[in-house]
Amino acid sequence: MAAPLTLLLVVAVTIRAALYRSSLAEVIAERVEVVSPITAWKRVIEGLALLDLGVSPYSGDVFHETPLVIYLFHFLVDYAEITFMLADVISAIALYLAVKEYNKQVVRKKQKFALEADRYPQDCLELIRSPKEMLYIPLKVAMFYLLNPFTILSCVAKSTCGLNNAPQIITPHCFKISFAVFLCLATYQSIYPLTLCAPAMLYLMQRQYIPVNYRRASFWWFVVQYLFMYLGSLFVLICLSFFLLGSWDYLPSVYGFILSVPDLTPNIGLFWYFFAEMFEHFRLFFLCVFQINVFFYTVPLSIKLKDHPVFLMFMQLAVISIFKSYPTVGDIALYMALLPVWSHLHRFLRNIFLVSCVLLACSVLFPVLWHLWIYAGSANSNFYYAITLLFNVAQILLVSDYFYAFLRREHHLIHGLYLKKKDGSEATLVLK
Amino acid sequence: MGLLSDPNRRRALISLLTRLNAPICVLCYFAAVCWFMGLSFEPFTLRTYMSENAMGSTMVEERFPAGERALATAKEFGAHKKKVGGMPVDWLVKTMQARGLEVFTQRFSRTLPFPDENNERYIVEGTNVYGILRAPRAPRTEALVLSAPCSPGDDNNQAVGLLLGLAHYFRNQVFWAKDIIFLVNEHDLIGMQAWLEGYHHTNTTGMDWSPLQGRGGSIQAALSLELSSDVVTSLDIVLEGLNGQLPNLDLANLFYAFCQKIGVLCTIQGRIQRNDWDSVSGYSHAVQTMMLMVMKQASGRSWGDHGLFLRYHIEAATIKGINSFRQYKTDATTVGRLLEGMYRKLNNLLERLHQSYFFYLMPSLSHFVSIGYYMPAFGLLAVILLLRALDLWVQLATPPSRNEDGVADIEQSSTGVLSVLTPLVISHLTGAALYMLPVRFQEMAVEHFQVSETEAVVLTAIAVYTGGLALPHNTHRLISGEGTEQGWRVLKLVAVLYLAVLLGCTALINFSLGFILALTLVPVASFVTPHVPKLLSAVVLVILSPAFTLLFSVFIFQELQEMPVSFQDGWMLYLSVISQGILDHYLYGSLVYPLIALMVYPCWLLFWNILFWK
Repeated sequence: MAAPLTLLLVVAVTIRAALYRSSLAEVIAERVEVVSPITAWKRVIEGLALLDLGVSPYSGDVFHETPLVIYLFHFLVDYAEITFMLADVISAIALYLAVKEYNKQVVRKKQKFALEADRYPQDCLELIRSPKEMLYIPLKVAMFYLLNPFTILSCVAKSTCGLNNAPQIITPHCFKISFAVFLCLATYQSIYPLTLCAPAMLYLMQRQYIPVNYRRASFWWFVVQYLFMYLGSLFVLICLSFFLLGSWDYLPSVYGFILSVPDLTPNIGLFWYFFAEMFEHFRLFFLCVFQINVFFYTVPLSIKLKDHPVFLMFMQLAVISIFKSYPTVGDIALYMALLPVWSHLHRFLRNIFLVSCVLLACSVLFPVLWHLWIYAGSANSNFYYAITLLFNVAQILLVSDYFYAFLRREHHLIHGLYLKKKDGSEATLVLK
Repeated sequence: MGLLSDPNRRRALISLLTRLNAPICVLCYFAAVCWFMGLSFEPFTLRTYMSENAMGSTMVEERFPAGERALATAKEFGAHKKKVGGMPVDWLVKTMQARGLEVFTQRFSRTLPFPDENNERYIVEGTNVYGILRAPRAPRTEALVLSAPCSPGDDNNQAVGLLLGLAHYFRNQVFWAKDIIFLVNEHDLIGMQAWLEGYHHTNTTGMDWSPLQGRGGSIQAALSLELSSDVVTSLDIVLEGLNGQLPNLDLANLFYAFCQKIGVLCTIQGRIQRNDWDSVSGYSHAVQTMMLMVMKQASGRSWGDHGLFLRYHIEAATIKGINSFRQYKTDATTVGRLLEGMYRKLNNLLERLHQSYFFYLMPSLSHFVSIGYYMPAFGLLAVILLLRALDLWVQLATPPSRNEDGVADIEQSSTGVLSVLTPLVISHLTGAALYMLPVRFQEMAVEHFQVSETEAVVLTAIAVYTGGLALPHNTHRLISGEGTEQGWRVLKLVAVLYLAVLLGCTALINFSLGFILALTLVPVASFVTPHVPKLLSAVVLVILSPAFTLLFSVFIFQELQEMPVSFQDGWMLYLSVISQGILDHYLYGSLVYPLIALMVYPCWLLFWNILFWK
């Protein structure tokens, strides 16, 4: 499988390199859909200039990336393009390995079930995937990530979003300590991956055969161990940043900026229009509502999906990219890359045609309505926000559709594919 | 959420939609056409009204007295123009200075990609002269523009004369709160383009111009004046700008209000308004007026010198004086008073014109159709595409035979991707050739054939377009193996969705273009399959292709303008329209030519490919 992967990497890098050389790169780097105030490369350059002058890069309310990123680019600024391409390539390889690992695990689990007893009802055999079918999935995932136009745009715009994605992806296939470190790196970059703690812990517990049972001491011991490593490395990172800069003013400028959403530049998220329209005295309240919204879904999802940490992680990534304060298309690309992993759910998806049509149309309409609003002056912000809203509704429908399909498959695996009502007629599952 | 989650109801709805697909599509198409035709029926339209409070009433007193003097200046200007054989720059500078303006000039030059045979120009060099009347009452942060083109021959002398007269009169008034810029531009749109680029420090089309020495504030509104006779019978307002952009409706309202007040006959599309909307002839009059506007907007070109202002967020219109055989004439003093009134109203603006509509069609000057009324007509056409796509999706999702094993399935899907991707790439390459080749290869064509450059460009375009029709054979040669039943369905699904998104975006930017393209391409998209009779369908497909749409549009436009042409003249006109379209793209950045060449034509080729699927 190495040859197709290499070919894929070469193709992806070629496309990116060609786009870097074309005049499109400048246009893309200005698009609000691709860069947010946090991830814009222009702002990183500004921060670097301030740093070189001996001023704190966070003075002046332009730069909002973390200190580690600015020190990374302090050394690599001349090789920025290569760095971004490398970040994408590493992410893709990490995705490839992670999905491969996950598939192996799925197959092992199935073998175990098959050995133990006929755990699955007879008519469910067509639901169970053979290893042969799963052979190409890791490659498809890498392809979905690398050749997704969203990722390419994000990389060509030199949006640091690509760098933020890398640690989030690297997490799932490593050991406990590195798991904690990478997750903590992701959290350090943008706070929201905090919610990935839950799937990470569940995943590790599943691998070490620790039952998720809060009456057992081993469960709590594991949680404490993990949280200690996680918080410890977070502490180290924060202190490291402090020593690098010699001041704490990056905390309000990075995390305060993410949480309090002072910059209302239009983007593909839900925050900007809402907070631009709102009366000032409601701001704090709705800020809390919007931000809690991102974190809140962790609880019910973790309870419902405690046996399926990887699917939980997918759901969390999607929720983050929909509800975070400054989303860009790079965030969406991350969870969309995982869609091939769930290709076996396709027969249970209900609205995939509608949703993919809406997503496609919206992605094209973003620049058109932006043009009408900003350049032609004939449309206004309502037009653009309407499309943003539609785009996010479509994403939510997509994710909930996958969630429903996943639950339904699980249900069928236990109760048989062809459900019968009590009177013998064919039953249908309805979500109400 | 019942529809999205309840499987029984979904199944019922989907089976209904697939079973009645064809009748619903036909119904939608006719509903769309009827809706569109109904738009110009007066009870269905809205009366225009002034939305901008700052221009609310026409209560200004117009006192411009100097029409006769303006005409004398026009004669003098004409004489100097004839003497110099072009723009009399020195005379204009001197005259404007004598009227107390700050006068500046701007030189520009531009080599056209190929000679423009309509206007007989190739290497264009010229000078813009403009004078700024500084606002006495306010800081110089905002400006208004009054422009008049200096055309070759005896045209437009009166416009320049009136402009100078107004400048002289405005100079003595104290109530101006905005700078007023009086601009005389040479070589109509090219000069205007140079001046606007110089004013805004942009350079989008690679023209050479000297930087402007003097500037006013940010321009709020502009009027362009075209006047070629001493007296006029009516004034015509031209709104359609580059890429089908329109100025805010309040500008048209302002013009209409002042025409009513002063008692000047006013027209739009050169057609007088009629009051008998309930008679057949009155209705057909309104339909024709609106159709003219649709045609002009769809062409994407600027129909007056104002068209380029719109790109810079400046509301602008062209006012044309028309002298026909009517009894009642209006003299230059009255036209001057009208302009004075309009400028005094614009002078009162506190912010840019934004209150009224930007998306509208006008069946007459007093009535308009807003976006909410005309979009359903396009929406009904777009629904057809979505229904067809849904139908295809359902057909694809329920394959007739399901007894293949997994391996065969994977192979089939990979050839499916290949058989979709190949036509897509090839037709887009043809589109790119249509876009690049005509201008690149003109020299070679001129060497080898007995044609002029312009003809070479147009004929190359037509040749590439026709050559694209041979594609299906070549595509099939590239794909090893035979196209499957599944294959064309996937290709058609992609093509239909592509067309829907493409037309939707086009209709948002330029409704008329989107609607005309949808009218012809939607039937193509819905009926084409490899199983319909080949020859007949091929003929229908070609007749409904973008090039023929343009040809028909040329004839219909001439018919609507009451200047019907013979087929021979129509063909020559068609060729010149193509060359003008290409020139508009290279000179001013009009998007219609690249849109057709790079997107619409390849999309149409996909349907051509499906018809000849083997």
